Amino acid sequence: MLIFEHSSKGRNGAPQSPVEKASVTDIPKNLLRKNSAALPEVSELQAVRHYTRLSRKNFSIDTEFYPLGSCTMKYNPRACNTLAMLPGFLNAHPLTPDQQNQGFLACMYDLQSMLCEATGMAAFSLAPMAGAQGEFAGVAMIGAYHNSRGDFDRKEMLIPDAAHGTNPATAVMCGFTVREIPTLDNGDVDIETLKQAVGPQTAGLMLTNPSTLGVFERNIEAIAKVIHEAGGLLYYDGANLNAILGKIRPGDMGFDVIHSNLHKTFSTPHGGGGPGSGAVGVAERLIPFLPLPTVAKEVTREEGLENESYHYLTAKDCPQSIGRLSAFMGNPGVLLRAFIYMRFLGREGMVRVAEFATLNANYMMAEAKRRGFTLAIDQRRASHEFIITLKNEARDFHVSAMDFAKRLLDLGYHAPTTYFPLLVPECLLIEPTESEAKEALDGFMDALEQIKHEAETNPELLHAAPQTLPVKRLDEVRAAKQLDLAFKPGASV
Amino acid sequence: MPFIPHTDQEITQMLAIIGADSIEDLFDEIPAHLRAAVMQAIPPGMTEMEISRLMQQRAEQNTKAVCFLGAGAYQHHIPAAVWEITTRGEFYSAYTPYQAEASQGTLQLTYEYQSMMTALTAMDVSNASMYDGASSLAEAILMAVRANRKSKSRKILLPTTVNPVYRQTAYTIVKGQQIELVEVPYDQTTGTVTLDQIKQQQDKQGGDITALVLQQPNFFGCLEAVDEITDWAHENNILLIAVINPLTMAVLKPPGEWGGNAHVDNNNNGADIACGDGQPLGAPMSAGGPYYGLLCCKQALVRQMPGRIVGRTKDLDGKEGFVLTLQAREQHIRRSKATSNICTNQGLVVTASTIHMAIMGAKGLENTAAACFANNNKLVAQLTAIDGMEKVFSATHFHETVLQFDDLAEDNCVADILAALMKKGIIGGYDLSLHYPELGHALLVCTTEMRSEEDINAYAKALQEVLCSLNSTQTAALSETA
Repeated sequence: MLIFEHSSKGRNGAPQSPVEKASVTDIPKNLLRKNSAALPEVSELQAVRHYTRLSRKNFSIDTEFYPLGSCTMKYNPRACNTLAMLPGFLNAHPLTPDQQNQGFLACMYDLQSMLCEATGMAAFSLAPMAGAQGEFAGVAMIGAYHNSRGDFDRKEMLIPDAAHGTNPATAVMCGFTVREIPTLDNGDVDIETLKQAVGPQTAGLMLTNPSTLGVFERNIEAIAKVIHEAGGLLYYDGANLNAILGKIRPGDMGFDVIHSNLHKTFSTPHGGGGPGSGAVGVAERLIPFLPLPTVAKEVTREEGLENESYHYLTAKDCPQSIGRLSAFMGNPGVLLRAFIYMRFLGREGMVRVAEFATLNANYMMAEAKRRGFTLAIDQRRASHEFIITLKNEARDFHVSAMDFAKRLLDLGYHAPTTYFPLLVPECLLIEPTESEAKEALDGFMDALEQIKHEAETNPELLHAAPQTLPVKRLDEVRAAKQLDLAFKPGASV
Repeated sequence: MPFIPHTDQEITQMLAIIGADSIEDLFDEIPAHLRAAVMQAIPPGMTEMEISRLMQQRAEQNTKAVCFLGAGAYQHHIPAAVWEITTRGEFYSAYTPYQAEASQGTLQLTYEYQSMMTALTAMDVSNASMYDGASSLAEAILMAVRANRKSKSRKILLPTTVNPVYRQTAYTIVKGQQIELVEVPYDQTTGTVTLDQIKQQQDKQGGDITALVLQQPNFFGCLEAVDEITDWAHENNILLIAVINPLTMAVLKPPGEWGGNAHVDNNNNGADIACGDGQPLGAPMSAGGPYYGLLCCKQALVRQMPGRIVGRTKDLDGKEGFVLTLQAREQHIRRSKATSNICTNQGLVVTASTIHMAIMGAKGLENTAAACFANNNKLVAQLTAIDGMEKVFSATHFHETVLQFDDLAEDNCVADILAALMKKGIIGGYDLSLHYPELGHALLVCTTEMRSEEDINAYAKALQEVLCSLNSTQTAALSETA
């Protein structure tokens, strides 16, 4: 039932707004609204009950194991939320003079510095509001860098075929053409093809390492050399940074620009689809192009005492910047949560993230193999995620990866990522993260094994799944053909 | 170990299954000489008690001054229930609703958001949100360029009454695609953009214009002549992009109803695309975000819409349910041919905003918006009663107004006055000298329903004192010179 269907004419939550409507007769009539907006008219209790009930129709990290590959669904510490929502932060207007906003700016400056150290980059901007916007900023900086050198013909971006869809979409948005680079069966980039592909038209290469296939790109140094010798720049998609945090840094691998999904590696909540953060880091030569604003620290000495203060850098300070990406500075509430999480972990905690994420993934991969599943890439270490291919099950029992995914929901587990990466048929991309205990991993593997058995004996159970959730499988074709995108009073589905 | 549950015994068992001697062995594919050293620049870890203390201290450092700043972010009352429910783990820690059956909470809520936003804007379709108001304007422009097949120019008319940081953001995002953003100056008497100025710019550009952007209320808080301009745009095959403050639409004519004068085809009424920032509907100011960008359009443009969209459908038993739909527009399917690279929406903030709208209802939003308007009139009346303070523009203001300091000495500036006000616990407004130097010593003030009579009186009193002491300093300086 929709909130609109709880509505009764004339009911409202009066104590939440001024009780009397002030006069607006000074406003010319032709600029005024004629009829009230058709919003629901419900009591506060009705709204609270409706949305609390809706919340219970969601799977979430707080309620279920959520091994969604490439998404890093780790525990979002509650304290990060509580402390980011202290009144001093919530009530800060974004245009408050810097001097009155020092507590917040100090957190942002520290976050920039910690991200530099964690990734081996020279400088960071927190401006991008999501991974895709971080990519946009990174690729735009690559363009700005070449242009600043009068190198106007570098219009081609190289992207491995295993990449996230945002990579090619971003490159096109920034005015580049895309050239795909194939991946070898062992998961590494086909470096011979790469050598053939580079030239004076090459702007750069966008790479995720470990790749979306869940393995570390072993030839990264050779790849960096090929790109740099061709005059291109190397872009690091930080989607999988969780796998290597504290173990190896993108800056040390030769990357010139990176974005980090703070909602993955640094545990800010996914919130049912955002807000995220795609902070971007750069090597020395790209600093002038960073998106605005960034936060700088100034140390002054007064009567022998050191005084630290923080301020925003704007277009005046950074004339070569690619510019602004939002009205203010990214998603500050998300940035605060990432800052708090990093301070929780500290330097010793960073490396444990990668270690235990990797331990969990390799354990599950070994278990998967032991239980008779086919791995997409055998004989390699898993990074923080790995891939099962169900192509044999699909062939023999006519069950798909989607059927497995839906059946897992019935058994109380969120499904892994399905059908990504596109290179692997009928795949499940499984990422447990470091915050899950062994029991959860074992329980999930038991469920997967049970489903495999069901596929062999009773595939209908898989085709009909899920049975235990608020709805059964939904008609997506109908949704796209008979578009119903908003409630209209009187109309029914 | 923070947030890592493994016992020593479990680690041993797990390594045995893997067939590795140590966790370190799992990283043996990474070249040894590239391995990271200890991260000295990151401080050691903290307990929750320690980090709580640190954050309390830093939050305390931020000002508690009374805020008369707007300029794109507004302090409104948010019912306590809104964020209580929003931060329930089931909303807070869920992923994007790709597994629809396990995400009906988020999906239905988003459908309800889309319904509420189309009701408020009187537009046909809303998406599930963009990042913020500024980036949603950029996406609206890209969308208009894809949608307007009658225009070849890729030229967008962008009046300078549109929020300057929105214009900058739009430029950053669209400049890679050979789109030209052409500024249109405003009328210095009214504080709005006039049809004559728009026509002049159109002529200068050779006639063919893809879209025109119009902000209501505009950056100065003034109300634009939306009907006249929308009709003109449509007569000239120009798409009209509305930038709105959604709260004010509870009272003001919504973009879906703009235009519609006699000689124009009725089906063509209304803005073609509407965008703006959803912050006034349930998001705290929070130093700049997270907020969300609203993006709505006419039905005919829905396939050019970027971002996630939720649709209502049925399950195998014919029961109502919700899914992400029209995904063929998006990057994870279309890759380089997608409508945008956008992947995320601002789901959690949209959750808050939906609950906010449900609790407030149309009446609550109308009363809130009307109170903002009335309070601003009170503030402006009090401030302009002070010697040397004047209202600059003649157009009707909603809840923001540009004021000018008439007789400031050469070496004084708005920043000095704001600094002096800050010492008295007042954030006095937005200094317009950076983006609008032609306005001289000008200040954009804002009032919401949150500002009480006492707040307004306190501001007037503080400003009077500040100007007084400035004048006496000047007089003193003058007499010294003399």
